[in-house]
Amino acid sequence: MSEKNVVASRLYGPLSGVLVDPRAKWTAIVAILVLMAVAPMIFGQYATVILTNALLYVVLALGLNVVVGYAGLLDLGYAAFFAVGAYTVGILTLDFGLNFWLALPFAMVAAAIAGVIIGGPTLRLRSDYLAIVTLGFGEIVRFSARNLEITGKASGLSGIEQPWIFGWQIRSATDFYYVFCVLAIIAVVAAARLANSRLGRAWLYVRHDEDAAEAMGIDRVKVKLAAYIIGAIYGSIAGAFFAVNLGAISPESFSFTQSVLILMAVILGGMGKIPGVILGAFIVILGPELLRDLGPLRLLVFAVGLLLIMLFRPSGIWPGRSAAK
Amino acid sequence: MNLSDIVAQQLVNGLVLGSFYALVALGYTMIFGVIKLLNFAHGDLYMVGGFVGFLALSAISGVVGGDWPGVFIAMLFAMIAVGCLGVVIERVAYHPMLAAPRLSILITALAVSLVLQNAVLGLTGGQYQAFRADLGFGGFDIGSLFIQHNQMVLVGTAALLMVALQLFVTRTQFGRAMRAVSIDKDMCQLMGINVPVVIAVTFFIGSALAAAAGTMAGAYYGSIWYFMGFLIGLKAFTAAVIGGIGSIPGAMLGGLVLGLLEAFGTQIPGIGSEWKDVFSFAVLILVLVLKPTGLLGKPEQERM
Repeated sequence: MSEKNVVASRLYGPLSGVLVDPRAKWTAIVAILVLMAVAPMIFGQYATVILTNALLYVVLALGLNVVVGYAGLLDLGYAAFFAVGAYTVGILTLDFGLNFWLALPFAMVAAAIAGVIIGGPTLRLRSDYLAIVTLGFGEIVRFSARNLEITGKASGLSGIEQPWIFGWQIRSATDFYYVFCVLAIIAVVAAARLANSRLGRAWLYVRHDEDAAEAMGIDRVKVKLAAYIIGAIYGSIAGAFFAVNLGAISPESFSFTQSVLILMAVILGGMGKIPGVILGAFIVILGPELLRDLGPLRLLVFAVGLLLIMLFRPSGIWPGRSAAK
Repeated sequence: MNLSDIVAQQLVNGLVLGSFYALVALGYTMIFGVIKLLNFAHGDLYMVGGFVGFLALSAISGVVGGDWPGVFIAMLFAMIAVGCLGVVIERVAYHPMLAAPRLSILITALAVSLVLQNAVLGLTGGQYQAFRADLGFGGFDIGSLFIQHNQMVLVGTAALLMVALQLFVTRTQFGRAMRAVSIDKDMCQLMGINVPVVIAVTFFIGSALAAAAGTMAGAYYGSIWYFMGFLIGLKAFTAAVIGGIGSIPGAMLGGLVLGLLEAFGTQIPGIGSEWKDVFSFAVLILVLVLKPTGLLGKPEQERM
């Protein structure tokens, strides 16, 4: 165990060094921001769409990371919150003529309520029961979207209007790329601040030792519920922008596979660590693009990769320093 | 059709469905019993069982025909092959993880499930595969109720397998070892029980039962595909929880209860067949919230 860690710290030492030294850290951040700003001009239209998708996954993975990485709860139905956000915006703008920016808070509230509904009664359960219940909940949401009139049944909703901002309509692929850049940056900053907050420390404590945490006066159900709600809000914001970006949503966008992909993004890079989760989101989106020649086998390669990572590097590819200990 | 006919018909449907659920639920509950792991890949073993059974039947149907005798031979073959696969999965993926945190082993199980699904997807191309059994549709009437021979054979076979399992677990020395391991693994080790072998045999039996269900389901419904294990895995887990996870009679009872609940649930006005799956997940969540120990389970503390 310890020998492994020595090797790990040798391998990752230089990388974590960049994150610790404040000057190097800011240089890296500025470099990444500049790269994000000029990427559409360098890589062209197709790559911009893929990068937009990767940024969407960054937001989703950071949201799920709050639940799985911070609070240590396995959620296998995270796509449900993504769906709630997308459908709420779709229904409110299409059927009720609401402006996107007015519909967005409703989407967040709806997802938070969904988080309470699923979390409230189930957070007291054993961790593996919780995993299955969230899976069942994800499927209930998808089946409901497929069966209900208001969600457009199996064909879903289409013709969702693209939003206006300061008299400018967000319309082209590049516009949406920049919108998702902003979203991803907000998501990263919020996640970093959450991790360092009082609540973040409570999650850490509950994750490591639930009973000790409770003995120290932390209400574990309340703390876990907070993780659920925050994760749900992240998912709903991603879903809302996903809906206006594509203009059409259908139940199959929110399947179990979607939940698993988001979960893979969280685990591959390094659960609980923001740089790791971002890396994971990019691997999940760019990896299949790069492996496209393999056809249907690419998912198999991915699944085997996930298995190998769990067996040999259970804390992820880039776990950060505290996780390696 | 009058009301009693509907009830009788749904009773038959529920029993058939419940037999499949029960067979798969048994594996869940047995594996949970010995290593306290929810084997997410269990539904996929059912799926692999369907495919192996199909391959075996295709190979032998020229000699023995595609009716039940052929299906039984194919089923035995699938049970042995998938049983071995289950043992391999346990040794390769779960065994090294037993001391790891719960979250890690759950994700490992999920990864195994994805590997199995995508391996079969890669091999079959993802289409529904016609399961060319030749079962016929004969049957007999009881009043206005028509029961297929197939349904009889199916429920009978499932019952036979379950009785055999129950006898094995309660009447043999090895079964006693299995029960002991599910109570206290470390103590068993001290008492000279070969725990790894007991775990391996449990995986073999559990996987073989899922494969039996997979082959019979393929032959009965006439088609198989790579994703067919997902939903039944969830349902079987529900059945295991209804009966009380860790309890073998509970899994049988839970399977039948869930099958009947689903069959009758779809008859309630307002809950059409398109809501069938929502209905059973709602049942799952209700049971977990209201009575997490299930019908026959014992209360249990979370491992720390």
